[in-house]
Amino acid sequence: MGRYRFLEDVALSDCALEIDGRDLSDLFETAAAALASIMVDPATLSITTEHEIVMAAAELDLLLYDWLSELIFRKDRDREIFPRAQVAVSGSGPYELRATVHGGVIDTERTALGADPKAVTFHQFTLQRVEEGWRARLVIDI
Amino acid sequence: MKLTENLAAQARQVGECVWEIAATAKPGMHVPARIYASEALLGQMDAGVFEQVTNVACLPGIVRAAYCMPDGHWGYGFPIGGVAAFRSESGVISPGGIGFDINCGMRVIRTGLTEDEVRPRLRELIAALFGSVPTGVGAKGFVRLTDAAFKKVMVEGAGWCVAQGYGWPEDLEHTEGRGCLPGADPAHVSARAMARGMEQLGTLGSGNHYLEIQVIRPGAIHDARAAKILGVEGPGQIFVMLHCGSRGFGHQIGTDYLRLFDEVMPRYGISVRDRELACAPFKSKEGRAYFGAMNAAANSAFANRQVITHRVREVFAKVFGKDARELGLFVVYDVCHNTAKLERHEVDGAPAELVVHRKGATRAFGPGAPDVPNDYREIGQPVIIGGSMETGSALLVGTAHAMEETWGSTAHGAGRTMSRTEAKRRVRGETLLKDMDARGIIVQAASKSGVAEEAGFAYKNLDSVVDVLDRAGLSRPVVSLTPIGNIKG
Repeated sequence: MGRYRFLEDVALSDCALEIDGRDLSDLFETAAAALASIMVDPATLSITTEHEIVMAAAELDLLLYDWLSELIFRKDRDREIFPRAQVAVSGSGPYELRATVHGGVIDTERTALGADPKAVTFHQFTLQRVEEGWRARLVIDI
Repeated sequence: MKLTENLAAQARQVGECVWEIAATAKPGMHVPARIYASEALLGQMDAGVFEQVTNVACLPGIVRAAYCMPDGHWGYGFPIGGVAAFRSESGVISPGGIGFDINCGMRVIRTGLTEDEVRPRLRELIAALFGSVPTGVGAKGFVRLTDAAFKKVMVEGAGWCVAQGYGWPEDLEHTEGRGCLPGADPAHVSARAMARGMEQLGTLGSGNHYLEIQVIRPGAIHDARAAKILGVEGPGQIFVMLHCGSRGFGHQIGTDYLRLFDEVMPRYGISVRDRELACAPFKSKEGRAYFGAMNAAANSAFANRQVITHRVREVFAKVFGKDARELGLFVVYDVCHNTAKLERHEVDGAPAELVVHRKGATRAFGPGAPDVPNDYREIGQPVIIGGSMETGSALLVGTAHAMEETWGSTAHGAGRTMSRTEAKRRVRGETLLKDMDARGIIVQAASKSGVAEEAGFAYKNLDSVVDVLDRAGLSRPVVSLTPIGNIKG
């Protein structure tokens, strides 16, 4: 898996992230793990569910936006968090994502809760190719 | 975005607590940016505030100035504490000027109880509130909605709750817009937004959202006449304050329309300096659709705070063994601080219809203004400034000066000075909980790390924010409220 770090000087009340992946799939998988780690302590979440997610977007960065927005949506609709994902990104515009996500339903007795993300913002939102692979920067509204 | 560090240096003092960045400071600015702050608060503002407020000044149709309140800090799109008005005929509407948490707001409920009566049962009270008002990630409310009922919530807001028995008719009198903003249109709300919010009515959320038990300390009443009109009896009186918004429903509407506006902006020839400022002409098909959906979310937020009020009354009645009316649990006021509202204000000596965006900013209409409740008309609209869970909050009232200068707008909170990560680095949630307990503030939280993120030291000094509002004439302080108990996500 790639790496992520929190950018502390950006948008103080929210959560700014820089995510690195060796390729697009790795970046999308890492972004999902980063998002899950904001919401819960993944070690306290039983991994019991698995779902397929398929989506498409005209631009790669919009695909990343939609991907994370989908995971936030499922947190509210189904109370499910997905710390692990296998993602395949394909196409050259439009772009398609096929993912298998692994996670579990929040168990208030066992799951250590973190913050409750509201949305992915477009503030300083970037996805770009770098020497080592791909890098994204984004701010999540908390 | 590369921050322009020298924008802060270009802020010129134009009033005792007013700083202006000229419209020439950045290419594309249509109006100047005005920041309300003392010199000390201005110095605490991060570079993002200056960048963002001047970006707002570049939006099409903006009138007079882009404003930032003294609690301002770096947000997304608009700064937190941002206020901007656009002509409805020629201006835009921007989800980034409202925030994803549409109609996030504050409500204050007074009680006839004193600290002497509450303190012996405070732990029991906090535990009962924590058990009755769902908090944190994944929480579900107790109200079961059908699609049809949810659409009624969108249109009727807090009034729907009162009709269902979740409140009293007089609650509506003391809610901004009577708890129902006009123009809500469920036809412009996505199925995803409905699915996301369907089970969340009556939930608090997380982050800086809370439900707090507060007390008036001796010396905390700053305007005895206004305080009396607001139902303040004196030191020792207990109040309940809550801070929350439209939950996943509003968040999804924000997401849906930000994504849409990002796509359609080129069609309208609009370019923005920050993609989060994506917008559309207010009169466009997309602009009108967002306004209809946004008002639906705003009304769901009023309903959310109304349902929580109902739960609070149930809990107090159970813990103190008396009816909520006997206990004097009356709503003092409920205000929005994340909205865009269609309002009439005077521009260059002529009345104009404006779309007033307030993001992390509160409406502060003065005495006699429209929509100020009859019993408050002589003092102005109550303004609720939520501080940190350690230090306290404040009740103020709006002023005629705010009507003239900031479209009747003021601050909403203390404003953060520190990232969530830094706050967690400085203190552990468990440690802070114990420390606050020792100081007589009982807290129950769904997330321990969330407690650390909301530590008092992560915020500006509330008194200094209130002092600026007073000196700038944007609001008049009435009473300060000190926390003794808190539940949060």
